[in-house]
Amino acid sequence: MKTFLAYLKKGIIDENPVFVQVLGMCATLAVTTSVMNGLGMGLATTAVLICSNVVISLIRKLIPDKIRIAAYIVVIAGFVTVVDLLLKAYAESLSASLGIFIPLIVVNCIILARAEAFASKNSVGASALDGIGMGLGFTAALVIMSAVRELLGNGTLFDLRILPEGFNVPALILPAGGFFTLGCLIAAVNAIKSKKSAKKDEKKNG
Amino acid sequence: MNFFSILSLALGAILIENFVLVQFLGICPFLGVSKKPSTAFGMGMAVIFVMTLSSAVTYLVNDLLLVPFGLEYMQTVAFILIIAGLVQFVEMFMKKYMPPLYRALGIYLPLITTNCAVLGVTLINTELATFLEAVIYGCCAGIGFTLAILLFSVVRERVEMCGVPKAFEGIPAALISAGMLALAFMGFSGLSIG
Repeated sequence: MKTFLAYLKKGIIDENPVFVQVLGMCATLAVTTSVMNGLGMGLATTAVLICSNVVISLIRKLIPDKIRIAAYIVVIAGFVTVVDLLLKAYAESLSASLGIFIPLIVVNCIILARAEAFASKNSVGASALDGIGMGLGFTAALVIMSAVRELLGNGTLFDLRILPEGFNVPALILPAGGFFTLGCLIAAVNAIKSKKSAKKDEKKNG
Repeated sequence: MNFFSILSLALGAILIENFVLVQFLGICPFLGVSKKPSTAFGMGMAVIFVMTLSSAVTYLVNDLLLVPFGLEYMQTVAFILIIAGLVQFVEMFMKKYMPPLYRALGIYLPLITTNCAVLGVTLINTELATFLEAVIYGCCAGIGFTLAILLFSVVRERVEMCGVPKAFEGIPAALISAGMLALAFMGFSGLSIG
C-alpha cells in the first residue's frame, strides 16, 4: 500500500507527465476544451499505459535490443486499437468528440517514454503501478487544464452552467487559448516549486 | 479535380487548418526543435519529405489491402508500422546515396516516427477521395508544419533575448508565444476559395 501511494505521488506530483516532464502535448492541448473530453482522454491513455507497461515488462527479456522501439510501438498500437474499438462501441459521443486523437494515443510520448524508461527495466508489478501513477497524473493534468478552459472559456463545468451567460472568454476554447492556459499552468507550477525549494533552503540555513 | 480544388486543399492544409497551430498535431517537435531557425528548417524539410511519402504509401495500402479485406480496424497498427519502416528505409537510403542531405536531416529522421502529425495526416487521408488528393494534402500539411515551426523559432529566438518573469522562463514563455502565433493564424479562418 505504501509503495502504491509512493508511485501515485511520483506520477501525479513529483514527475507529472504534463506539468513537469512536458510530454504528450498534442493530446493535452487538443482535447481539453471540456472536462468530459479531458477526463475521457486521460482515462483512455491510462488504460493503454497500464496494459502496455505490463505487457512490455512481461516480454522485456525476449525483445532484442535493436528493434525494441518498434516492438514497443506494435504493443502500444494493439492496445490503442482495443481502446478505440471499445470507445466506439460503448461511448460513441466521447469517441466522436475525441476523434483522431484516440488513434493518436499511439504516438503519445508518455507511453513510449514509460516503456523505454521504466517497463523495460522493472518487474511486472512495479510497471503496472508506474502505469497507474503516470496515467492518473496525466489524467489529473488534463482535468485541471480542461476545467480552467471550460469554466473560463464557456462558463460551464461538465456542461452545467456555473458562470452567468456573457461572463466567459471564448478565446480560451479556441486553439490559441490552449497554449495560453498550459503556459500559465506550467509557470504556476514552476513558481510553487521555486517557493518550496526556497523555504527548504531557509530551513537549512536558519 | 480542377486547379481550384487543389488550391483550396493546399491552402486549407497550410494556412486555414494549420497542422500545428490549429489542429494541435506535432506539438512535441514544434516545442522541442524550435530553438534555432536552422534546425527548425531542417526538421521541417524532413517532415515534408516523410509526410508526402507516407501519405502515398498508406493511401495505397489502405485502398488496396485494408478496405477490400475489411480490415479497417487495423489502420492504426498498419500505419504506424509503415511510417516506422519508411523512416528507417529513408534514413538508410539517404545515408548511402545522398550523404549531404543525410548530414543535414539525419538526426531529425528517427524523431519523426513519433511525430503525431505524420500519423495524423495518414489517418485524415483515409477520408480523402483520390490518391492525388492524399499526396497533395500530405505534402501541404508538411509545408504548413514547416511554416509554423520556422516562424515560431524566429519568435522564440527573440523571446530568449528579453527578460521574462522567472516562473515563465523556458517552456511557459514558448507556449505563450505559440499562443500568439495561433491567434494570428486564426485570421486565416475566414479564407476560402470556392
